[in-house]
Amino acid sequence: MVTTTARPTIAVWKFASCDGCQLSLLDCEDELLAVTERIEIAYFLEATRATVEGPYDVSIVEGSVTTEHDAARIREIRAASKFVMTIGACATSGGVQALRNYADVDDYVSIVYATPAYISTLATSTAISDHVTVDFELRGCPIDRGQLLEVILALLSGRRPNVPAHSVCVECKLRGNVCVMVAHGTPCLGPITHAGCGALCPSYARGCYGCFGPAEDPNPQSLSAQLDRFGVQRVDLIRMLRTFNTAAEEFRNESDRLVAGEGKQ
Amino acid sequence: MTDRPDSDRTLTVAALARVEGEGAMHVVIRDGALQQVQLQIYEPPRFFEAFLRGRKFTEPPDITARICGICPVAYQMSACNAIESACGVVVDGPLFDLRRLLYCGEWIESHVLHIYLLHAPDFLGFEGAIDLASAHREIVQRGLDLKKIGNELVELVGGRPIHPINIRIGGFYRVPTEAELRAFVPKLERARDLAVETVRWVAGFDFPDHAWRGELAALRHPGEYAINRGRLVSTLGLDIAPSEFDQHIAEEHVEHSTALHARIIERGEYLLGPLARMALNFDELTPLAHREATAAGLTAAERNPFRSIVVRAVEVLHACDDALAIIARYRQPDRPAIEVEPRAGVGYGWTEAPRGMLWHRYELAADGTILAARIVPPTSQNQAGIEHDLFEFVAANLDLADDELRHRSEQVIRNFDPCISCATHFLDLTVDRT
Repeated sequence: MVTTTARPTIAVWKFASCDGCQLSLLDCEDELLAVTERIEIAYFLEATRATVEGPYDVSIVEGSVTTEHDAARIREIRAASKFVMTIGACATSGGVQALRNYADVDDYVSIVYATPAYISTLATSTAISDHVTVDFELRGCPIDRGQLLEVILALLSGRRPNVPAHSVCVECKLRGNVCVMVAHGTPCLGPITHAGCGALCPSYARGCYGCFGPAEDPNPQSLSAQLDRFGVQRVDLIRMLRTFNTAAEEFRNESDRLVAGEGKQ
Repeated sequence: MTDRPDSDRTLTVAALARVEGEGAMHVVIRDGALQQVQLQIYEPPRFFEAFLRGRKFTEPPDITARICGICPVAYQMSACNAIESACGVVVDGPLFDLRRLLYCGEWIESHVLHIYLLHAPDFLGFEGAIDLASAHREIVQRGLDLKKIGNELVELVGGRPIHPINIRIGGFYRVPTEAELRAFVPKLERARDLAVETVRWVAGFDFPDHAWRGELAALRHPGEYAINRGRLVSTLGLDIAPSEFDQHIAEEHVEHSTALHARIIERGEYLLGPLARMALNFDELTPLAHREATAAGLTAAERNPFRSIVVRAVEVLHACDDALAIIARYRQPDRPAIEVEPRAGVGYGWTEAPRGMLWHRYELAADGTILAARIVPPTSQNQAGIEHDLFEFVAANLDLADDELRHRSEQVIRNFDPCISCATHFLDLTVDRT
């Protein structure tokens, strides 16, 4: 095993999330042990008790900010880290728990908990980039472990990660899928959704449900008009946009526009 | 002992490691007597049960998967069972078998993650799997190889290992061909060999003398080691259907936790998970899993939570065997799902997540809109039991110095493979001795 003091220190931090994105790191079964020889895991509670004091070369952050304590914690992590990378829909857009942003959080607390006074939570779930400067965002609910490895290897070799920002449609074409929307009229968010999954859902005969969030320069209004022509109910379209990346800017703006009653053809 | 502890002390583990999610532990000792043990769950609440209201009945398999990245299939399967029961539909035949095959994949990946990466380092004196790997690389690599096959099985049926996309109410979007499943057989046969090696490896660990004396509960269904159907039975005679859960089990909200504590009414704490399943379903193990379990010293009477690592390994072996049997009899169904029409009503469903029974309840409007949802994950049901077990363990080991007591207490908690992300609605250890 190579041991050199020049190995970069990496810390993995969790905020409000399901643990799935940091699990993706442990799911790199073929590469995990080789990667851990090239880095020093300084903080990764899900994997080890041993912790190293900062500063850290790279902080990998999973989860969204939903408490005052976490809002302060992310600022401390930023201050102790040279490079901050956020992973997954919770960290990059607030996640599915950002659905609270449309509701009264006190109502939510009383639906789930018998003694609301024991619960301390913010009214909103927000992306890490709403609080601190983020150096790289990796999308997905969950992230793709191949993309995670690509980003880590790029960081180790000092190059730019190859993570395309085009839409799922491009991945469908690359995979040779028949378009589920054109051929079967299946509602699909692929035209406005960020690539990374390899067009998984259309490959299984279902429409994309947007778990990688908005692609670069999407045109959600055009997609809404097309789905309207297919007879998709507006309420269903709003639900499609308001799921795992409900608070991502382009998805949020379009669902708000539809709620406001615009966009009916 | 040279480092004799004071009679009054407080032990704190502010952030528990090698558990899924965020939690802490607080132990208070006064005048040399153990006063209080708390598992604190500070994982922030995410309010799934609240925002499921108003969603469509087809959405819970995708949405509730996001409660837990380690056991998403469990959420998907319990959600399907509950909603299908509300709609008066039973999924059986090859579609039922495919669901169980998917679930076997999740049991393998989740259990192997816990055995090799989270739990084994405790028994071997390492801080984590990465340290373990620097001393015994071939062992950790065996675990990773086995975990990978579990993940690949989930991917084969579900589309991807975390938050599978191929699960829907009524079945699947696309079902695998017989040839696709048969092609996986050599990998599963290798997984079965690795699982046998795993059982024999963990059976040789040193286990502290300790026993859970309370009630154990698990699903049971004749003719199978119950995973995705059955009645909830216990070592004290509980025998109920999913619709009877509320009449027998009460959830309480306590101040130190965002997870709700569950108790069997009039009896108290109970434990779910591997020890419970072994106690109640030992006779349903496949012949190979039964033989290896017996050789490893396990019986239905096993009550030592430290030995749950051996039970998990036996369950991995069982899941490999079971998956092979399902593939051998699989005939591709002519359609990937049965049609499910919504109707007004209430549906209940449960399945055996890797950590124990996971219960869902949905109330639907006639058009399929969800009016109310309740989800009771295994870790929140186990939390009171884990606290109870920890209390007994700490009380019996008060002569240990703080550091040693803290470390051993963390191990007691890890015995139960608590999934704090799930339970939120869990660990940091503090010991307070004054």
